[in-house]
Amino acid sequence: MTHAVLPDTNSRPEPGWLKRNKLAIAPWIFLIPALIFFSIYVVIPIFESLWLSLYKWNGLYDVDGNSTAVWVGFENYAKLWYDPNFWTSLRNNIAWLILYMLAVPLGLFIALFLNQTVTGMRFYKSMFFFPFVISQVVVGLIFGWFYNPDFGVVGTLWKAVFCEETTNILGNTTFVCSRPAPDILSSPEWATYGIIAAGLWPQIAYCMILYLTGLNNVAADQIEAARLDGAKGWKMLWYVVVPQLKPATFIAVVVTVIGALRSFDMIAIMTQGGPFGSTNVLSHYMFEVAISEYGERYGYGSSVATVLFGIMLFFISYFLWRMYQDEKGGR
Amino acid sequence: MFLNLKTAVAAIALSAVAGTVFARDLVINFDDLNPGPKKGFEDAVEMFKAENPDINVIVNINDREAHKTAIRNFLTADAPDVTSWYPGNRMAPFVDAGLFQPVDDVWEENGFSEDLSAIKATMSRDGKIWGVPYSYYQWGIYYRKDIFGLLELEEPQTWDELLAACGKMKENGVTPFTIGTKFLWTAAGVFDYINLRTNGYDVHNALTAGEIKYTDPRIVATFDNWEQLINECGFVDNHASMSWQDAIAPFANGDAAMYVMGNFSVDGYKNAGLTEDQIDFMPFPTIDANVPPAEEAPADAFFIPTNAKNVEDAKKFLAFVARPDVQTEWNKTMGQLPINSKAGISDDKFIQEGFALLNGATGLAQFYDRDAPAAMAKAGMEGFQEFMLDPSKKDAILKRLDEVQAEVY
Repeated sequence: MTHAVLPDTNSRPEPGWLKRNKLAIAPWIFLIPALIFFSIYVVIPIFESLWLSLYKWNGLYDVDGNSTAVWVGFENYAKLWYDPNFWTSLRNNIAWLILYMLAVPLGLFIALFLNQTVTGMRFYKSMFFFPFVISQVVVGLIFGWFYNPDFGVVGTLWKAVFCEETTNILGNTTFVCSRPAPDILSSPEWATYGIIAAGLWPQIAYCMILYLTGLNNVAADQIEAARLDGAKGWKMLWYVVVPQLKPATFIAVVVTVIGALRSFDMIAIMTQGGPFGSTNVLSHYMFEVAISEYGERYGYGSSVATVLFGIMLFFISYFLWRMYQDEKGGR
Repeated sequence: MFLNLKTAVAAIALSAVAGTVFARDLVINFDDLNPGPKKGFEDAVEMFKAENPDINVIVNINDREAHKTAIRNFLTADAPDVTSWYPGNRMAPFVDAGLFQPVDDVWEENGFSEDLSAIKATMSRDGKIWGVPYSYYQWGIYYRKDIFGLLELEEPQTWDELLAACGKMKENGVTPFTIGTKFLWTAAGVFDYINLRTNGYDVHNALTAGEIKYTDPRIVATFDNWEQLINECGFVDNHASMSWQDAIAPFANGDAAMYVMGNFSVDGYKNAGLTEDQIDFMPFPTIDANVPPAEEAPADAFFIPTNAKNVEDAKKFLAFVARPDVQTEWNKTMGQLPINSKAGISDDKFIQEGFALLNGATGLAQFYDRDAPAAMAKAGMEGFQEFMLDPSKKDAILKRLDEVQAEVY
């Protein structure tokens, strides 16, 4: 910082250390509150969780307030390796990651579709954005009812096609079906996809809004120039519009990846990981083994959390690296 | 912490008002906010206060799920003098961590070993008794009396009679059993009963204590019977997406005729529009006549934390809650059964039948998820649900449960 200090021709007293280093210190002073809270609520718990994953602990303290945890080294991780529920959860996490990516192109197409000037377009836009505004819990509930084979949309349509209305032994109305209605959320094969479909609904809306703002910044002169050169349709989209949307695409991918890995609310609301653990993902499995009613295995839960943390760290490091590269290039 | 703060504030406020009138505080944490149980508890506390004017009773009532979480903290951080909790394996983690204190002397002084004998084994661990129960309820089959009447069926006493009755129901388009297995535990009720009737109480205990394997021929026999029940009787479709309350709908509509459930469900039937003439209770039928009858009867109890400050009065309260007259009134209000054999019962027909049933029982199981450790219970109940959806997976499920068992115990 010495270059900032001009040669002092006046005979004023030398300014204090604080004053001389003002520019270097000021950002840190502003950062301190955030850093304190970030370390208390994020950084320290991460290390605590890593440490806890090497213990066997049911979460209880004894009378004197000492933890009852027992050191087991890497035993929890060895157990994970042979735990079929863990592998099911991991497989489901991958299914979430892959299928959730559909939100990005679908969001783009809805954004393109909505990016025109028609009377009342703001209203339509806000309607398309609506699913992102409502809580994930509500979305989960709505889709849970939607899939319900008895009174949901799926069940009602099925009844209309395959079922006959009759009266039962007591004379009450009932339905006799030639084949039973599909019970999506209770089927080990389909339940995960049912939940992902529910999760996609708000996620598409999110990606759409990101692309809509991106489309506002697409340079009109480049479109004009491309049109003069005879570009249209897919070629226009792929070679002219999409490259200009690169920042929006990047953010959309980031939020979708993180959203997929964090998928907890929908599962907790729609299936609680069931039927028999087949819709668990790592985040919900961690909750289940550690703090749910039948959990009480905090060390084991922490080892699940550690694996999930590792996966997230991989993606997050990549994203941060990309952002850093872009910033460097942009300068 | 909020709760503790509230306790502290209440204590300060009360002591400020009361000054030196009250000599001793007695803090009690209770875990049921439902109107019936809450009133039963509050009435009992009023009675205790009237009998012991020198004790300042401070009550914290929380709902069940919150209590399950809170107890893990307050037993260490700021222990009450008395807390409600559950016997069987549910109390084991706290007993093992030394957070509850034994109350053998309360049992001895008040002759509870005699009056509460049916529950003594369940309240014991490591040769000591850890709490005093105040209420329990029966499990069994609730059925549609009107459908049984239309089909001219009697209450089946044996397994074969049950299967025959199911056959008749199916011919007439009635699904024999309703159930909702979304939250898993309902399937454990069916499993427990088939197991208790096939093998008896000792095998149930040995299994939940991890002493015998799930691939043991006796447990396989239980599953074979269950498979027979699924094939020849059958449960409603889509049960895996229903809660136990959802499963009342086909029962109330007359599509299904029977429900293996606990007595707390009677309110649900009545709320669904059924009258006492339409529903009735029967014990789960006998499978092997040589197996002595044992029943499912989950109990609620009070315990004294090791860190309790006023142990003397806490023991007084424990002795109080098991007294016949207290249990009579309390359980009448709650709509459940008193455990003290000298207590009286209300004239509700389900309570009467339940009382007769449990008095004739040679053993009382607490329920699979209270008798087995948490991790085993979770895996077991998932296995039961999977089995109910596809009985052909039996061998794979039992093998997997063996693996979980080997790891948990």
